[in-house]
Amino acid sequence: MRAVCWEGKGKIQVETVPDPVILNPRDAIIKVTATAICGSDLHLYNGYIPTMQKGDVLGHEFMGEVVDVGKDNHRLKVGDRVVVPFTIACGHCYFCKEQLWSLCDNSNPNAWMAEKLYGYSGSGLFGYSHMYGGYPGGQAEYSRVPFADIGPLKVPDNLTDEQVLFLSDIFPTGYMAADNCQITPGDTVAVWGCGPVGQFAIKSAYLLGAERVIAIDRFPERLALASSQGGAETLNYEDVDVLDALRQMTGGQGPDACIDAVGLEAHGTTLDAWYDRAKTSMYLATDRPHALRQAISACRKGGTVSIPGVYGGWLDKFPLGAAFAKGLTLKMGQTHMHKYMPILLERIERGEIDPSFIITHRIGLEDAPEMYRTFRDKDDSCIKVVMKPGAPAFTDDGHT
Amino acid sequence: MDAPAPGHRSISLGDAENWLALGTGALLLVIGASRRSPFGACLAVSSAPLLYRGITGRWPTLASGSLQPDRTESALGGGRGVHVRESVRLDVPVADVYRFWRRLDNLPRFMTHLDRVTETPGGNSHWVAAGPAGLAVEWEAEVINEIQDKLLAWRSLPGSDVVTAGSVNFDVVRGGRSTQVSVHLQYAPPAGRAGALVASLFGRAPSQTVREDLRRFKQLLEAGEIPRAAAVA
Repeated sequence: MRAVCWEGKGKIQVETVPDPVILNPRDAIIKVTATAICGSDLHLYNGYIPTMQKGDVLGHEFMGEVVDVGKDNHRLKVGDRVVVPFTIACGHCYFCKEQLWSLCDNSNPNAWMAEKLYGYSGSGLFGYSHMYGGYPGGQAEYSRVPFADIGPLKVPDNLTDEQVLFLSDIFPTGYMAADNCQITPGDTVAVWGCGPVGQFAIKSAYLLGAERVIAIDRFPERLALASSQGGAETLNYEDVDVLDALRQMTGGQGPDACIDAVGLEAHGTTLDAWYDRAKTSMYLATDRPHALRQAISACRKGGTVSIPGVYGGWLDKFPLGAAFAKGLTLKMGQTHMHKYMPILLERIERGEIDPSFIITHRIGLEDAPEMYRTFRDKDDSCIKVVMKPGAPAFTDDGHT
Repeated sequence: MDAPAPGHRSISLGDAENWLALGTGALLLVIGASRRSPFGACLAVSSAPLLYRGITGRWPTLASGSLQPDRTESALGGGRGVHVRESVRLDVPVADVYRFWRRLDNLPRFMTHLDRVTETPGGNSHWVAAGPAGLAVEWEAEVINEIQDKLLAWRSLPGSDVVTAGSVNFDVVRGGRSTQVSVHLQYAPPAGRAGALVASLFGRAPSQTVREDLRRFKQLLEAGEIPRAAAVA
């Protein structure tokens, strides 16, 4: 089959690799009908995530049709149409039973690697480095799904692939980011980063009862989407002093909750952002936490900072003093997918949200290398790329 | 507490070696003692094994000695041998956990170095492991303590390739919800054939080897399978 493979920092190739086969009794094989490039795939592309190996199949946002099941998988049958969560969970360990699905004890075959780095390992992830299990990803014609009697969500035929594909990661991720804010009626939520997760965090904050959402980015098209689709007030951090603006907008109190939907590759115009750039470029630091620093500074006393953005290492100049002084709550982590997918499918079915609004590019699998570049550079107003493995290669009118 | 096990390997090979050891040891002692400093003290102390060698004709024996008697009690009694302690917690009732472990032929399903374990009619068990260079390493073991849903302990019998003993405790934790399995494994240190064989089984990081065994044990019991990302493990 054809698959999108990581061949090194900044190097993506579409290659012919062996078709996946059933390895374990609870497995299923999915024929991928739609898959997407995630902002966190760019962290792999840019070489920020350790333990990647040449030839690794990328992709953790995918859906498709079941074409084979293992002998102990009694929940799926050939022909089922499913969306696959990007986190892999066994369903029976302490963490799964506590709804902490992305912290599953039993799904990472390379748990020892993550233990060396983090003390304990989270769940396995599709196509996201060997530290997270080394599972081949879903940017391919077929994909093997472990513990497929627990993860994949069956979707009704009256919803299109594009309406349900983002249940695989970014919609639940944005939703959990907002859920972690413990929003009460009347709250103001500020969201750093208007990429796909930020866009869903904005929508979710309103769904969960926020009165105001303020979105922060520097790309006009992303801010425009946050405003037109999300209904957020927007701040372009290249034009305004974000901290001052947030203070003014909230009567000197600060947002009740702040969401960092940027993560470890933040850009900024302030001194600390340049300091991060210099240090990471010299391999003296692992992450560039500018957005997180600002979110902590901006948050009101007793508020919550929710972090769906990915961090990987040891943060430099982390303002824990500010977090302590203001009694903040920090919530973070990979999304507990299995908890959120069913309730978000219901919201889609009820017509409360149509996640396809963020798609800007639709391509075939063979166009992946070019589109990774476009997405990274945010060229062509690129916000979200969906690939259809069966579709012909890219043409100019493939855009929407 | 050393085992009285004088063998040909512990006997001095020549007087020259003894004199060399004695001389070097004495020199270290004198230099070390003459410097009234921590470094000097260290030097003086470091002379001890050399002096011992010079005087007795053999190196001092720590732990179980340079030769492995094949009786588990004498080889591993007291604090001797290499000790590995690891534990794992499972969200599975203790009775199920115990039952799975007590069926010793289940052990190779998660202990990768084991080929097979068979329970013999006499109540003992026969263990076969893949040793260095593809050689099978075999030993007989007897259960020396067993309390259902609580404890299982065993040791190797005389005549085995290896000298090893171990115990597993099964504790009910988290208010009865989870089971904690604590393994204490002991084997003769890497000296002599037996020790070298066992050492090769457990690798250079025996704790990590046992930890990975216990991880697979937990995966089997909780998830029903051991996760794999590729066809070749």
